[in-house]
Amino acid sequence: MAPTHVLPFEKPIVELEQQLEKLENQPDPSPSTRESIRNMRVEINRMRREIFETLDPWDVVQVSRHPDRPQTLDYIELLFDEFVELHGDRAFGDDRAILTGFAKLEGQKVLFVGQHKGRTLKEREECFYGCAHPEGYRKAINKMEMATRFGLPIICFIDTPGAYPGIGAEERGQAYSIAHNLREMSTFNTPIICVVIGEGGSGGALGIGIGDHICVMEYAYYSVISPEGCAGILWKSVQHKDKAARALKFTSKSLLELGVIDEIIPEPLGGAHRDHWQTATMLKGSLLKALKDLQAVPKDQLLDRRYQKFRNYGVFEEQVANADTE
Amino acid sequence: MSTANQAKSEMASTSHSANKRGVPEGLWIRCDGCEATVYKKQVEQQLGLCPECGHHFKISANERIRQLLDEDSFEEWFSELAPCDPLNFADKKPYKDRLVAEQKRTGLKEACIAGRGYMRGRPLILALTDSSFIMGSMGSVVGEKLTRSIEQATEQKLPLVIVSGSGGGARMHEGILSLMQMGKVSAALARYRDAGGFFISVLTNPTMGGVAASFASLGDIVLAEPKALIGFAGPRVVKETIKIELPEDFQTSEFLMEHGFVDRVVSRPELRLEIARLIDYCVS
Ligand SMILES: [Zn+2]
Repeated sequence: MAPTHVLPFEKPIVELEQQLEKLENQPDPSPSTRESIRNMRVEINRMRREIFETLDPWDVVQVSRHPDRPQTLDYIELLFDEFVELHGDRAFGDDRAILTGFAKLEGQKVLFVGQHKGRTLKEREECFYGCAHPEGYRKAINKMEMATRFGLPIICFIDTPGAYPGIGAEERGQAYSIAHNLREMSTFNTPIICVVIGEGGSGGALGIGIGDHICVMEYAYYSVISPEGCAGILWKSVQHKDKAARALKFTSKSLLELGVIDEIIPEPLGGAHRDHWQTATMLKGSLLKALKDLQAVPKDQLLDRRYQKFRNYGVFEEQVANADTE
Repeated sequence: MSTANQAKSEMASTSHSANKRGVPEGLWIRCDGCEATVYKKQVEQQLGLCPECGHHFKISANERIRQLLDEDSFEEWFSELAPCDPLNFADKKPYKDRLVAEQKRTGLKEACIAGRGYMRGRPLILALTDSSFIMGSMGSVVGEKLTRSIEQATEQKLPLVIVSGSGGGARMHEGILSLMQMGKVSAALARYRDAGGFFISVLTNPTMGGVAASFASLGDIVLAEPKALIGFAGPRVVKETIKIELPEDFQTSEFLMEHGFVDRVVSRPELRLEIARLIDYCVS
């Protein structure tokens, strides 16, 4: 079946795949046809590897936003033995852009928090295309606080272009809600694993992103600002989004090089949208290992470890005191 | 963050004589509040307020220190910290060059000044962001200075005052490292709080994006100067997203107080007395 949404750089791959499909559908393939099929399969794999190894950061953004890319609800289905959704922030409402609930991962009980973008138009409108409101951040922090009291580890999936920019969001304290989460997540004495599964859009992402193990999927990105936003401000035109994407160094590889993340979770060749099941399998392996490692950290060291992790972020010079400019 | 920066540039383009160093150049200046032309000296003598309407012009971090603290009581800390360019970032201008230009223009090494001083005889830790240095945005140095200040306040059991002026939020030019400063500073504030520390956050025009969404919102007490622009997303981004007119007072100090996120709106001449009075309630 032909994919519904083809990214520009995927075109040569898809064209070959369609040719292959035609050949494969021939009723009685001759030996030479069989030979071509074999060669074509090899060629498709080679091409895919070549294209995806050298993706430009702007291409990565497109993969991270691919409409067929697995989202939080897909992962809930694929990863967990069970999911018991817990609704509401006890103050205003139930933000559908952040889903929370108890889950079982290979029998292990965890609290799951995941940002969700939605796939159908109706679903996307319900969850504001993955842009949470203050009530979403409040729901997340309330459930995490409860989970901490009952000794459950926490898994957060990040996938948002950013927190919602609207009147209601500002009236209800978007800035405060995110700030509050940053502070409180640093104090929950239970293992916290954060995975950027698609878009890690600035403060809206970080609002559920303080943890002990921070991972980014291979073709996800995690950034202080969207490439469009950055281009609009610094290049004065959104058209330069590809330049901004390069400058911001936000691909998984760059983030690992900068020492900001702990792990890149590999995706199937051609991106997560090509194979949800395989993607989830790899992700599950990483989650189980991270859980095991973190559960081995003594309880009285976990918070200090988390504090030091964030404490060490930042690159600056310490000049000799008297070499001051003033 | 994007939104915040856009907010700032929007403000700059709509104001008549805005100058990035606060009170504009020249003998006479135009007030953004009442559009009157006022004598600059007079504005300076009144702590940066318009003599006609009380509009709060932006003031530098150093001027703020002079206004808030007892004379010559400020001891600056961490001034050895200087920014570098971890991403090798360049837009139309390399970040390295931008830093040098900003340092020259403002006389500051970075957007944050921090240290210890006395306010009407009360010892405290004071940190400020100067909205003129790359829009007061937070990169590694600002995050580090704030974190060290908070850690010192924790250790020395002193009250903490942070005055924010930041239209830029988290600084784009240092990418993800800037975003992570939000987590770093907030985590330090958690430890300070749990150790019994008392933190007053003072919001001035503008306080947006990643600065608003981290330390600036986390005061035990949050004060704001009148009519400051404070929020997460910049007003232009909000308008573009929802495509309706914004309320007149949207994202002002008064709007934030009305919605429950600011304790008190305090005009600049009252600020020093007000902070000292609040400290006396919570710090013995
Ligand atoms: Zn005036």
